[in-house]
Amino acid sequence: MTSGDPAQPRRVDRAGIVIAALLALLAAVLVWDARGLQSAAMYGMGPEAMPVVIACGLALLAIGNFIDALRGNLPARESADPVPVVLILIGLALLIAIIGFGGGFILATAALFVTTSAAFGRRAVLVDSIIALVMSTLIYLAFDRLLTLSLPAGPLERLL
Amino acid sequence: MDTFAALAHGMAVAVQPMNLLYALIGVFLGTAVGVLPGIGPALTVALLLPVTYKLDPGGSLIMFAGIYYGGMYGGSTTAILINTPGESASMATALEGNKMAKAGRGGPALATSAIGSFVAGTIATIGLAFLAPWLVDFAVRFGPEDYFALMCVAFVTVSATFGDSPIRGLTSLFIGLTLGLVGIDKLTGQARLAFGVPELLDGVEVTTLAVGLFAVGEALYVASRRHHSEEKLEPVRGSLWMTKEDWKRSWKPWLRGTMFGFPIGALPAGGAEIPTFLSYSTEKRLTKHPEEFGKGAIEGVAGPEAANNASAAGTLVPLLTLGLPTSATAAMMLAGFQQYGLNPGPLLFAERPDLVWGLIASLFIANMMLLVLNLPLVGLWVRLLAIPQPWLYAGILVFATMGTIAAKPSVVELSMLAGFGVLGFLMRRFDFPIAPVVVGLILGPIAESQLRRALAISLGDPMTLLQSPISATLLGIALIALLAPFVLKGLGRFKANED
Repeated sequence: MTSGDPAQPRRVDRAGIVIAALLALLAAVLVWDARGLQSAAMYGMGPEAMPVVIACGLALLAIGNFIDALRGNLPARESADPVPVVLILIGLALLIAIIGFGGGFILATAALFVTTSAAFGRRAVLVDSIIALVMSTLIYLAFDRLLTLSLPAGPLERLL
Repeated sequence: MDTFAALAHGMAVAVQPMNLLYALIGVFLGTAVGVLPGIGPALTVALLLPVTYKLDPGGSLIMFAGIYYGGMYGGSTTAILINTPGESASMATALEGNKMAKAGRGGPALATSAIGSFVAGTIATIGLAFLAPWLVDFAVRFGPEDYFALMCVAFVTVSATFGDSPIRGLTSLFIGLTLGLVGIDKLTGQARLAFGVPELLDGVEVTTLAVGLFAVGEALYVASRRHHSEEKLEPVRGSLWMTKEDWKRSWKPWLRGTMFGFPIGALPAGGAEIPTFLSYSTEKRLTKHPEEFGKGAIEGVAGPEAANNASAAGTLVPLLTLGLPTSATAAMMLAGFQQYGLNPGPLLFAERPDLVWGLIASLFIANMMLLVLNLPLVGLWVRLLAIPQPWLYAGILVFATMGTIAAKPSVVELSMLAGFGVLGFLMRRFDFPIAPVVVGLILGPIAESQLRRALAISLGDPMTLLQSPISATLLGIALIALLAPFVLKGLGRFKANED
């Protein structure tokens, strides 16, 4: 990843180029999707008009972002540590998988809690797991039983 | 309707014991969540939306009023005690407030911010009560083309006019507008951008987007740069109370801050940053103690805090009278209304006066409760701030996902939440503003349907947008607001060279 070096303000920002490319791609997806729509309106605009307008805006902004990136006009960034980000994303993936396979609310959120806590530098996984399970159970009881929100139940919830 | 009679009626609604209890719970929860570092009022409202799912609309909106003001108060506590403003509107407060806390004057800083918020909130809510009926009278004459033009103004001012970079602000807005397209088109029943996924047919949930962008995005961002700095919690030492001198130095900034905050908040321009920084620079210029600025001057806390709260009440003016959210927090409030199928605007004033005026009256009550509750409870809030960062963010993420799990426990919805979290992380990293995405998602579909209605009425003639004087004026304002930053940027560059 390039960094904004104040000594060389005219340096091309590669991340900025990627952002511009993504915006252009998004515009293309919008136009492609709008082509499948039928204009049913007798007068005025059909459902395909607005996506095309927004796609035009995105295309213009892609150009604007591209120019900014070429000029190196993006604000300076500090270095980022990818490890904790990946850890939290693993936690979210675990949560989604546990909910998807019927593991229930308590296990799912406990998994997210432990991975996030580890991402922020905690190494006491066992202690955190116990804290997470107790907290998730309390939240489950409070919201499912007291506020009667329906949270997904798994093996642990059925024991309660 | 006579404002006094309406307000009195609203008071009668608000002081019912159940509603008072809702307001109290709202104030308490709002402060407790808002005080957590990195959580601003918008996220506080988004996180606490699920708590209100099961209430009736009246009670839930009253709880919202409490959450809103509580979240604001909590945010300023964090700004003062650990210098991590949850949102840009508390940045000015953090400047002097944190210096005061470091100098052992955290108590008076918190006190002047609480009392200033109360003064400003009360005056601004009175302003809201008197301005709203007048605006409603005006707004009933709006045709669909006028609404469309008004939303164009909001789009431009929220994204382009006041940000650092109009290009990045507009990029955020258009991402939001794109997300707003997802789902079944209401007029023709055709699916747009759903890619055959049934969960996408209902469109993108505002709460999923907001919680993803704000909570998950913030957690990822803070985690990625944890190695940079360690936050330090300043203990509240010494007396909590303001001295006579403090009062003398505070009351004028409170009033001046209110004068900045309310009108700017009430304009469909959004953002409390402008009034807070205007107030900060004004106090810096007018103070009799210029040597204290930068080292913890009480005026620099009193003014911006008042401006912040007054502008928060100000943003409720376009929200309630026109259905126009001009800040991320207001967008979340609108989402709260929409979960009951209520659309704020002139019609709501006519159809559900009990609800609207009950809400306005609750703002007064919430304000009062905050003043009474928060100074004595400051010790409790400080203890919340002392939660170790790993548990804090782990807890925030659990709570954030819980909202989505309770609303829609599907793999697609949770994946969207995670995806928006990554988007929020990238936007923070590359300095794109977040609020325009939320405003774009919530206002985009409304603007589109107004435009299509206007064009259907005019039999497809786009000139209808320019034939209505209101619409033509508003579109002109939108155009100027769009072009102004590009023109001024040239001037700014000139000025920067001069320095």
